[in-house]
Amino acid sequence: MKENYRKERIARGIKARSDDIYALTSYKEMWYLLFPRLVPIVGIAIIAYFLPLYWKKVVITTCIFAMLSVSWDFLSSCGLLSLGQALFFGIGSYTAGSLNHYLHLPIYVTIPVATVVGGFISTMILLPVIRLRGIYFAMVTLILPLMLMRLVEATKMLGGTEGLTGLSPFPNTWVEITFILAAMWAALFGLRRLIASDYGLIFVSIRDNDRATMASGINIYAFKAQALFIGSSICAFCGAFMTHSYQFTGMPVFAMEFSILPIAASAIGGIGTLAGPLMGAFILVPLSELLREFGTLRIVFYGLILVICVVVLPEGIFHYLSRKYNEMERWARLE
Amino acid sequence: MDILEVKGITKTFGGVTALDDVSVNIEENTLLGIIGPNGSGKTTFVNIVTGFVSPNKGSVLFKGKEMVGLSPYTITNKGIGRAFQMVRPFFHLPAFKNIIVPLSSPRVKASSGGAYGDKDAIALDILEEVGFERDSSVPYKAASVLPHGYLKRLELARLIALKSDIFILDELFSGLSIAEVMGIVPIIEKILSEGKTVIMVEHRLKELFRIADKVIVLNYGKKIKEGPPKEILEDEEVKRAYLGVEV
Repeated sequence: MKENYRKERIARGIKARSDDIYALTSYKEMWYLLFPRLVPIVGIAIIAYFLPLYWKKVVITTCIFAMLSVSWDFLSSCGLLSLGQALFFGIGSYTAGSLNHYLHLPIYVTIPVATVVGGFISTMILLPVIRLRGIYFAMVTLILPLMLMRLVEATKMLGGTEGLTGLSPFPNTWVEITFILAAMWAALFGLRRLIASDYGLIFVSIRDNDRATMASGINIYAFKAQALFIGSSICAFCGAFMTHSYQFTGMPVFAMEFSILPIAASAIGGIGTLAGPLMGAFILVPLSELLREFGTLRIVFYGLILVICVVVLPEGIFHYLSRKYNEMERWARLE
Repeated sequence: MDILEVKGITKTFGGVTALDDVSVNIEENTLLGIIGPNGSGKTTFVNIVTGFVSPNKGSVLFKGKEMVGLSPYTITNKGIGRAFQMVRPFFHLPAFKNIIVPLSSPRVKASSGGAYGDKDAIALDILEEVGFERDSSVPYKAASVLPHGYLKRLELARLIALKSDIFILDELFSGLSIAEVMGIVPIIEKILSEGKTVIMVEHRLKELFRIADKVIVLNYGKKIKEGPPKEILEDEEVKRAYLGVEV
């Protein structure tokens, strides 16, 4: 600490960040806004295109988990606490798998159809419980994928315990990576824009206070259903993509992993930012791969890192970084 | 013409009778005050009229149409607006964005001919009307950092944005200083001058009696007295129930 000096914080001009048009006042302002967006987009693209095949697959898996996390954060921004991303993921996966296996539809049909239909089926399943709030809604979403998993096992339908194998693959890895990267960034920036719009505002108001939203004349159940459809469609897309990437769908698509990791990623990255959960997923999933050589101890290290992250930065990494980026510090002489 | 007719409302919670056969008629463009000791059923009355709670018995007629059984947002869209006793702003949103939510309702859309207009500008106008300094940073601050007085005004602004026919204000004055109350009274008078109807549930009798046209007194869920403020003040039964005075 220097003597006779104090640390002074300078917040950047609010206008540069709040109003779109002011960003165009100078190259400096444009660069200021573009830099934090371009770095991850370019960085991840370089990693995805130039690494060996094994790590390419890791990037694809990471992107899928990142989208699940973004979707989880979006749903939680609308007051829908989901413990069952696996439900949406699994429904999307089985829809794409069945369309391809039974109807022999090509991949460019199954994925879009599974996205919309999967989102629709998920919304319909949860529509009766949409009036439930918080932990009660969460419990239902937690139980449903486990039920569906056992249903497939018991009735032996849709391939039963064997699953559906030999599904159409992507033409090549390049297409696969380009497709998932484009979808991930579209989901992130699309949802961020949606939340900031007057339409998205309603979702945040429902989370903040559903009774006051009703007293504002808003049909909150209609809005919750729409949020559920948007969120679950994204997960259904992930499921459909994964199905074709692995050329397989089966009971594991309803696994807890798909429900829990998005929550952990959001907690680390920063809830309510959408970008934070994506960042969290890009830390957790590759980390889990890196720790493979530790064998059984892997989960211990993984857990430790998770705990340290949450304790040191409870607000989330993204909140911290964006705060630091938007303010500057300098030493100022005491007068 | 009576804009709101409440007929024989009864509501029990478990074994407790919160409201017992309460009937009230409210003329259009008047200010009705509802007073009564704590637990006398005032807020339950508001909850039933606005659809948040359904009564065991009785009916609520608004402009001659039954409101019981409708959802709160449907009733709001028909024109009964309600400010909460416990302020319920959308804490994550800036103050003026709080007003965008009611401005997005079907009621406002219908009243402005299907178009919403520039919602930000309308929201700022309404906030100025209720006393948010327009050129300051106050309307842009998150609701979570606003002081209590502003949050109460924000509740009022929500109803103005909805262009409600009936403003139900549940203890709007509670927790406010005399100066703050005196700042809000002109806003209520302006609302009345625009032909609206106001129902105020209040504990601040002095301020209420100055502006009310009619007052009803609830005690243990029963309506014990109804009349102009002057009569209420002199009524022995009211004094006994409300003020605990032995006569």
